[in-house]
Amino acid sequence: MPAPIRLRELIRTIRTARTQAEEREMIQKECAAIRSSFREEDNTYRCRNVAKLLYMHMLGYPAHFGQLECLKLIASQKFTDKRIGYLGAMLLLDERQDVHLLMTNCIKNDLNHSTQYVQGLALCTLGCMGSSEMCRDLAGEVEKLLKTSNSYLRKKAALCAVHVIRKVPELMEMFLPATKNLLSEKNHGVLHTSVVLLTEMCERSPDMLLHFRKLVPQLVRILKNLIMSGYSPEHDVSGISDPFLQVRILRLLRILGRSDDDSSEAMNDILAQVATNTETSKNVGNAILYETVLTIMDIKSESGLRVLAINILGRFLLNNDKNIRYVALTSLLKTVQTDHNAVQRHRSTIVDCLKDLDVSIKRRAMELSFALVNGNNIRGMMKELLYFLDSCDPEFKADCASGVFLAAEKYAPSKRWHIDTIMRVLTTAGSYVRDDSVPNLIQLITNSVEMHAYTVQRLYKALLDDISQQPLVQVSSWCIGEYGDLLVSGQCEEEEPIQVTEDEVLDVLEGLLVSNLSTPVTRGYSLTAIMKLSTRFSSVVSIYGSSIDVELQQRAVEYNALFKKYDHMRPALLERMPIMEKTASNGPTEIVQTNGETEPSVPDTKHPPLVTQPANQVTARSHDISVFTIDGSFFVTDDVLLNQWFNI
Amino acid sequence: MHFLLLFSRQGKLRLQKWFTPVPEREKKKIVRDMTTMVLGRKPRSCNFLHWKDLKIVYKKYASLYFCCGLDAEENELLALEVLHRYVELLDKYFGNVCELDIIFNFEKAYFILDEFLLGGEVQETSKQVLSRSIEASDMLQEVCFGRSCLLSVLSIIFSVVL
Repeated sequence: MPAPIRLRELIRTIRTARTQAEEREMIQKECAAIRSSFREEDNTYRCRNVAKLLYMHMLGYPAHFGQLECLKLIASQKFTDKRIGYLGAMLLLDERQDVHLLMTNCIKNDLNHSTQYVQGLALCTLGCMGSSEMCRDLAGEVEKLLKTSNSYLRKKAALCAVHVIRKVPELMEMFLPATKNLLSEKNHGVLHTSVVLLTEMCERSPDMLLHFRKLVPQLVRILKNLIMSGYSPEHDVSGISDPFLQVRILRLLRILGRSDDDSSEAMNDILAQVATNTETSKNVGNAILYETVLTIMDIKSESGLRVLAINILGRFLLNNDKNIRYVALTSLLKTVQTDHNAVQRHRSTIVDCLKDLDVSIKRRAMELSFALVNGNNIRGMMKELLYFLDSCDPEFKADCASGVFLAAEKYAPSKRWHIDTIMRVLTTAGSYVRDDSVPNLIQLITNSVEMHAYTVQRLYKALLDDISQQPLVQVSSWCIGEYGDLLVSGQCEEEEPIQVTEDEVLDVLEGLLVSNLSTPVTRGYSLTAIMKLSTRFSSVVSIYGSSIDVELQQRAVEYNALFKKYDHMRPALLERMPIMEKTASNGPTEIVQTNGETEPSVPDTKHPPLVTQPANQVTARSHDISVFTIDGSFFVTDDVLLNQWFNI
Repeated sequence: MHFLLLFSRQGKLRLQKWFTPVPEREKKKIVRDMTTMVLGRKPRSCNFLHWKDLKIVYKKYASLYFCCGLDAEENELLALEVLHRYVELLDKYFGNVCELDIIFNFEKAYFILDEFLLGGEVQETSKQVLSRSIEASDMLQEVCFGRSCLLSVLSIIFSVVL
């Protein structure tokens, strides 16, 4: 059997494939070869084959048949085998696999191996993906290694212990003795991982937190040394000594000082020192400042320090680096509740961020702006936020609209301003307004009694411009239905009343009903509005009750009576006209079936009837019976609609 | 850190490290989501995103995207430094590292990562110490190989002789 091809050879070959199908074919061929090689229990090439399998796994192909082979590699004595075996285990053998537990014994042996690099492999694997059972079995070994003087192993054991504690929190106690002198280490690797371990323990257990509070002075000293020490080539990053360690210490201090005055006091100076002395020209310095600010805001720091922190965030907001601005906005959002006044001082900068090009920054700025709105700044802020609503991406509009409504409800300086704001949102971002806003807005409008005329007028004007935004159309229809009479009577006090006739209003509502842009919900609103108007607009008929034209006068009075006293007959009266024979234009007219109250219409010489249907008398195009005119057109256009209406 | 992914401009995965147990199907979905989200970002956007309850930090180095998922309490700016440090380590090891190095030597990229991060946390903050550990491990591999070569040669000789 020829030797299996080398890993690099396989990679090169697969990369020459021009199509997915070609690649799949190559992979299948190689997998078959690897499978038979596994079957033959070939020790020499097992490592090579598993490595190839891992490559194919990364491309997305199944590799489960290699799981047991990884175990065999781990059990081998060769370091090369172990390296690939453990890698394979970490990639293929997560704790959901049945085979996972079989690793336990191998790992146990390797944790006690004579070569530290083998021990390191075992610790790494256990610390990355050890299951709870495995952790339980091997915690003792990890604890032993935590006490070793070998810094290479000690740092790995510390992080492995972190994983064990995450998986099996009850085992935390057993690591306590080993933590005794962890912080006296000089080795930065061990120091760093020790701080991570202490952080994990303090976060999980209030008892541990109390126990470790006494470490605050030691932590402060270590941090001080880091800052004050000269250049250290081993740990330097852009002029800062071991920023990773600095940040972790700051985070641990945050947890230790959180609800404790004494600890907070003890760290006050060092925090001020870090906050003022850290170089801010590069990201690394800002990372430390960021952590410092978070710590200052979370512990019981004195007010001077808090102001210093907020000012740092304010400076971050003006930084050219987008990441810094983003982080500043996020932090300010966290502190806006507790330090509201301090954050308010930076309001104008925050509002400027609404115009930032970056999407993540815009979102944060929007959230923060809403948090900063109060009774004093509502007018100014709303102007900015409405401008933002106009120009922002669609993904923001729904949230922004909801935010505007909420803020307006809480802090509106006047009813008129409130209605104007709502109008502005509905007209500019109407399609993005949430469905549940419509009933809320309607309720709001109902409650502003003195603004009804103004509201309906503005909504009507908006409808004339644009009927595509459903929430706007729905709210407008509803208002016109309720307050249409105010609209036509021109009672608006807030602004110049517009001249609009009932005809025009009903035309508009009718337009909504037939438009393709209207959703079924919207049509429902318009229909109901028209229904309501038929009662509110009946008074128009009485205008002609004193018309000079006797004919008109008579009709007006009679129709008026129809609406008022004989409403129960309206369905019958307005029923669909039966099919009529074609007669001469001056022939006997068809009479509307009444109970005899109205007289048969006399041919109207003033208004030549339309040729074919004598019954057009009823649907003659004269304004006084415009309501019937509209009914007539309903007859023609949409029978179903009409039947539905009268069957209510 | 929950995961660390490396992928190319075309969305091809070059390295995946998971620090929490995730089902295979879920892993594939996360990789798909990350590639779509990150590759869809405008060129000069900030390096942070939100996805579910995780903070996503990503950085582009030449043709490779380095992307990691963090918990809410973790420091995003520091995560950028972590990614940068990993790139520096790769660069030192391969000498002017490029995507092809990672493709053809992916197992070495993993070995370096496993010396740098353990369980999602940084285990060594000194570049020199880390490089020395990798060199020593590689050396051990050579010696081992050499030794096993010698052993297999000797066993062949003996089997012929006997």
